[in-house]
Amino acid sequence: MALYSEKVMDHFTNPRNVGKIDDADGIGEVGNAKCGDIMKIYLKIENDIIVDVKFNTFGCGSAIASSSMATEMIKGKPLSQALELTNKAVAEALDGLPAHKMHCSVLAEEAIRAAIKDYYDKHGIAYDKTQFPDPHDEEEEKHDFNED
Amino acid sequence: MARTIYVDNAATTAMSDKAIAAMTPYFKEIYGNPSSLHTVGQVAKEALDAAREKMAKCLNCEPREIYFTSGGSEADNQCIRSAALQGAKKGKKHIISTAFEHHAVLHTLKKLEEEGFEVTYLDVHSNGLVTAEEVRAAIRPDTALVTIMYANNEVGTIQPISEIGAVCREAKVIFHTDAVQAVGHLPVDVRADNIDMLSLSAHKFHGPKGVGALYCKKGLPLLTFIEGGAQERGKRAGTENIAGISGMAAALEESCQSLDKNAENLTRLREKLIDGLLKIPHSRLNGDRVKRLCGNVNMCFEGIEGESLLLLLDAKGICASSGSACTSGSLDPSHVLLALGLPHEVAHGSLRLSLSEANTEEDIDYIIAEVPKVVEYLRSISPVWEELENGTRKHLI
Repeated sequence: MALYSEKVMDHFTNPRNVGKIDDADGIGEVGNAKCGDIMKIYLKIENDIIVDVKFNTFGCGSAIASSSMATEMIKGKPLSQALELTNKAVAEALDGLPAHKMHCSVLAEEAIRAAIKDYYDKHGIAYDKTQFPDPHDEEEEKHDFNED
Repeated sequence: MARTIYVDNAATTAMSDKAIAAMTPYFKEIYGNPSSLHTVGQVAKEALDAAREKMAKCLNCEPREIYFTSGGSEADNQCIRSAALQGAKKGKKHIISTAFEHHAVLHTLKKLEEEGFEVTYLDVHSNGLVTAEEVRAAIRPDTALVTIMYANNEVGTIQPISEIGAVCREAKVIFHTDAVQAVGHLPVDVRADNIDMLSLSAHKFHGPKGVGALYCKKGLPLLTFIEGGAQERGKRAGTENIAGISGMAAALEESCQSLDKNAENLTRLREKLIDGLLKIPHSRLNGDRVKRLCGNVNMCFEGIEGESLLLLLDAKGICASSGSACTSGSLDPSHVLLALGLPHEVAHGSLRLSLSEANTEEDIDYIIAEVPKVVEYLRSISPVWEELENGTRKHLI
């Protein structure tokens, strides 16, 4: 399919780490149903290492593929590395996303940060607040408009 | 892929054998320019005339009331701008339309609003229909044009066109209809339907892409959109696309001949498909169930997003369409579904299946078997569905 790379289609049709973690240490949810995508990430953390990660996503093909790829990229990694994951890295790992779908990779990055922040908050762990800017402060992603 | 079930005929159709056969002579054997006075040119001119006559017969108008265009969008632009200019000359700068027209109409109206026109967009209600009385009530002394689509491209609802036309005739207001989804599928009769201007597109009824036509009642002024020649009675310059025009005329003739038979068969398949898909919990049919195109099914499934639904159906060989934001390429879901009053989150989960004569009972059975599985899977990974099910979010359908 021309719209998406083979990697995107692979992660969309066979998503990795789909599901929930009942006793998750941190949960992050971003996006909203009105805009058509919500991503929810569950983390299991031991000694600052993400030992397990699962996601549930309501959204388009690239939103599901971005969730799948992002969770793969942080699984087994220390929190410090997970916090360094950028949306660009997720998109690159998927062999690129169409321009108007880049916000899906942004959601994945934000969902992971939100889950880590939730873990810190729940466990009373001190952290640098500047590491977690409110995503809503950022400018709204603009989509290209093309009609058939 | 094991099989392909094409159910996106509102987007485009496969060409019919008759339409293809009607086109082929004009690529090599009859290649003349109809404007040339020699024999080779005049043979092409005869083909052009014959096509125009066929089209006119199907629509019940005179051949000289048919103007060939590049398609439905061009026809919409030309008709609406012509009527608007005509009105403006008399100081009439008010237009009546609906909120769920095709963008070829809506974007033209937006431009006209920027140019000083005022547009009333009639509510299409939750069933996707307007009434002639609502049109009558909206007409003002300065109304220049009423433009209302014959049948909607997404939800398939069919407007009471002849009644609206009668109201416009009585009020002496020009009535244009975008009949792109209707021509070749419904018995469109410009005289009986009181239509002054109409747009159509060949590829929606098994003709070729890139060609369409407009009907403009004689006596009404038509703007020249493309300058540079005397083609189309001086209203659209450029050497005619004879192959395309001949293919379109053949396709329309064929469609009109089998209208009743197709309608009966398609309606039966459509009803079966709707019944089958409505069994999915928290699903709804969009648009009036009865007053709709016989091949149109448009559903919403709560808790899922349309693009992922489309892609997974495509992997199963089912080619459909959706009104979700991701498929429209904009931030908002389909303006048609929003015009019906659907909330954004519901409109994102829409699926349009538009059937053609090529679809079989087996196709319908396959779709009814596969769609619920995909919906169920997407719901199983959807945080929205989880909230709907555990009660933290209210079901809307």
